[in-house]
Amino acid sequence: MNRILEKEYFSPNVVKLVVEAPLIARARKPGHFVIVRVGERGERIPLTIADADVEQGTVTLVVQAVGHSTKLICGLNPGDYLTDMVGPLGRATKIENYGTVICSGGGVGVAPLLPIIKAMKEAGNRVISIIAARSAELIILEDEVRRYSDEVIVMTDDGSAGRQGLVTAGIEDVLNRENVDLVVTIGPAIMMKFVALTTLKHNVATMCSLNTIMVDGTGMCGACRVTVDGKTKFVCVDGPEFDAHKVDFNEMLMRLKAYN
Amino acid sequence: MNHHTITELISRDSDWRKQLQNAIKPSERTAIPRVTMPELSPDYRRNNNEEVSQGLTLDLALREATRCLDCPNPGCITGCPVNINIPAFIKNIQRGHLNDALRVLKMTSALPAVCGRVCPQERQCESRCIYLKMNKEPVGIGWLEQFAADHGKEDKPYKNPIPNPAKIAVVGSGPAGLSFAGTAAAAGHDVTVFEALHEIGGVLKYGIPEFRLPNPVVDREIDALRALGVTFLTDVVIGKTLSYDDLVQQGFKAIFVASGAGLPRFMGIEGENLNGIMSSNEYLTRINLMGAGRGGDTPVLKGHHVAVIGGGNTAMDSVRTALRMGAAKATIVYRRTEDEMPARRMEIHHAKEEGVEFMTLHNPEKFIGDDTGRVKSMILRKMSLGEPDESGRRAPVPIPGDEGLTEIAVDEVIVSVGVSPNPLIPSAFSNLDISKRGTIEVDDHMMSSIPMLFAGGDIVRGGATVILAMGDGRRAANECIKLLANPE
Repeated sequence: MNRILEKEYFSPNVVKLVVEAPLIARARKPGHFVIVRVGERGERIPLTIADADVEQGTVTLVVQAVGHSTKLICGLNPGDYLTDMVGPLGRATKIENYGTVICSGGGVGVAPLLPIIKAMKEAGNRVISIIAARSAELIILEDEVRRYSDEVIVMTDDGSAGRQGLVTAGIEDVLNRENVDLVVTIGPAIMMKFVALTTLKHNVATMCSLNTIMVDGTGMCGACRVTVDGKTKFVCVDGPEFDAHKVDFNEMLMRLKAYN
Repeated sequence: MNHHTITELISRDSDWRKQLQNAIKPSERTAIPRVTMPELSPDYRRNNNEEVSQGLTLDLALREATRCLDCPNPGCITGCPVNINIPAFIKNIQRGHLNDALRVLKMTSALPAVCGRVCPQERQCESRCIYLKMNKEPVGIGWLEQFAADHGKEDKPYKNPIPNPAKIAVVGSGPAGLSFAGTAAAAGHDVTVFEALHEIGGVLKYGIPEFRLPNPVVDREIDALRALGVTFLTDVVIGKTLSYDDLVQQGFKAIFVASGAGLPRFMGIEGENLNGIMSSNEYLTRINLMGAGRGGDTPVLKGHHVAVIGGGNTAMDSVRTALRMGAAKATIVYRRTEDEMPARRMEIHHAKEEGVEFMTLHNPEKFIGDDTGRVKSMILRKMSLGEPDESGRRAPVPIPGDEGLTEIAVDEVIVSVGVSPNPLIPSAFSNLDISKRGTIEVDDHMMSSIPMLFAGGDIVRGGATVILAMGDGRRAANECIKLLANPE
């Protein structure tokens, strides 16, 4: 049982929760995720960790209400409990001084991107963050992203904030303008697919963080399997981060629809 | 404590035992036919999750116990991986001392109610029964074990008071972990079991379906451990939530790793990642652990025609679960013949009774999907049997060419071709010697390359049975207790 201490609405469907989890807060690194369950009949839902506070013993999750279980999670209030939270799971992001790094996030993908932005900056990289959403009210964590980035580009589909256009347009501009050593991308699978296509054209190494269907999250079931470089990998134990140029996004998009 | 001493309970020369031996002539015993286990009818049980074997009645148990000839050199004991004193518990049943029968069982087995149900007795104890030499059916040892475990009552759990109990960590709450915890706690130690999932029981909960092993049977054993003072912590992944160093820092003097064989194997053939194709671990976990299809929030895909690839117990559990989930047709696809199937005969028999179809000597070569990405058919390669391979079983040999191919329509496929050791601990603990297969290497004392870190069950064996895992847990606990008492 993990108590919820704080709740903040980023938009009507996107909620930030600060949850008591001292052991996870202490062990987690950028890139890690947790599995959360609400109710005795509840589903196990993977959520990437957006932030953690070791002293307070808390982790921060950003959740978008899209299905039954994420709606349940978003409906919880401070004082309520998550029935289960286990982690940190997956492999941590490989943080080092690459040089110039683009961190590109779409929608709630900006939340798990934030600790990576922070860590990349601390490792000495020049960090260009490109955050994108359909419209202005869906842009999240902009201030925090600005705090740790050398440059921030905001992109919206409708132009209601920043520049009008997709995240790929923002990436393309930077790649045309200067030499970039690494692109990190987290967001909807379809967005990461097009980011990968864009950066492949420019031959820039790209890392993506995949959020597939999972059950146990510890390598036991294989629900999360993806094809990377022609081989089947488990996102929960081999990932969640992979070389975006080697991920079979079409298969992943198909598998995400298994229960639709 | 019971007024009978242990020696009285188990000695073949006890007065009560001699009386039983002399009461009935062997020829009269052998004339009694083996009892039949009362079972739910196939038509009824196919639509629910109730336990198929209903358990022997007292009458049936007494009759079956009477059949046992109480051999001077009982073969059954040598066939048991943990050498349960089988004649002793059976004869205690025969004289109506069910509590004593359970006491005898508990001397060597931590989970008799579980083992009575899921052990492959026909390959172990019952395969060495003297009746087979007389061309008669063996004594129903497994059924009697289940009977004694279900109906015998245990004394209040006894925890040996010791001056310096040590803190011991157990990683994983499956059969190996539970049996280690029971032995170490009874010896007076302070045991904490760490479980990664939200439920205690490991494969006994997520894997084996309730129609074969009801959850209350497992929970009873877990409650008995709680009564011994064992602490259970769920949602803790050792190697992730807590590291080896964390455990040492928290004062744990010994660790037993029983993290199981979690990683499912796939076949690596075309189309295997189509929707509707999943591991038996995924299928059974969704349904057994998460309650999918039975009121849980977790979904599970349901098939009209479900094919299960494999011939082991997990394959039988999956295919029979598919029927219970409403499949119109459920088929086992296996590359050898029924004789080579690793599954228990009883499970194969139950599956057939329930209407499962068997397609032996066939092996999938490719899966074909519809335009939504859901599997719609599979191409199978026909096989024949060749010379025995390293497993001692005759090897399947593909029949080449187009005449060797056949296509069948399926909308769900459960892949049940084995599991590999869970990689979490091997990758998280440095200085731990790991075999090429990914299992933890242990010495004769079940200790790994890290001092006072023991391991057992599937993480050492790479995929075995509940009874072997349980035996490992007990053996490792005894080794650990010895070393804690007399550090070298």
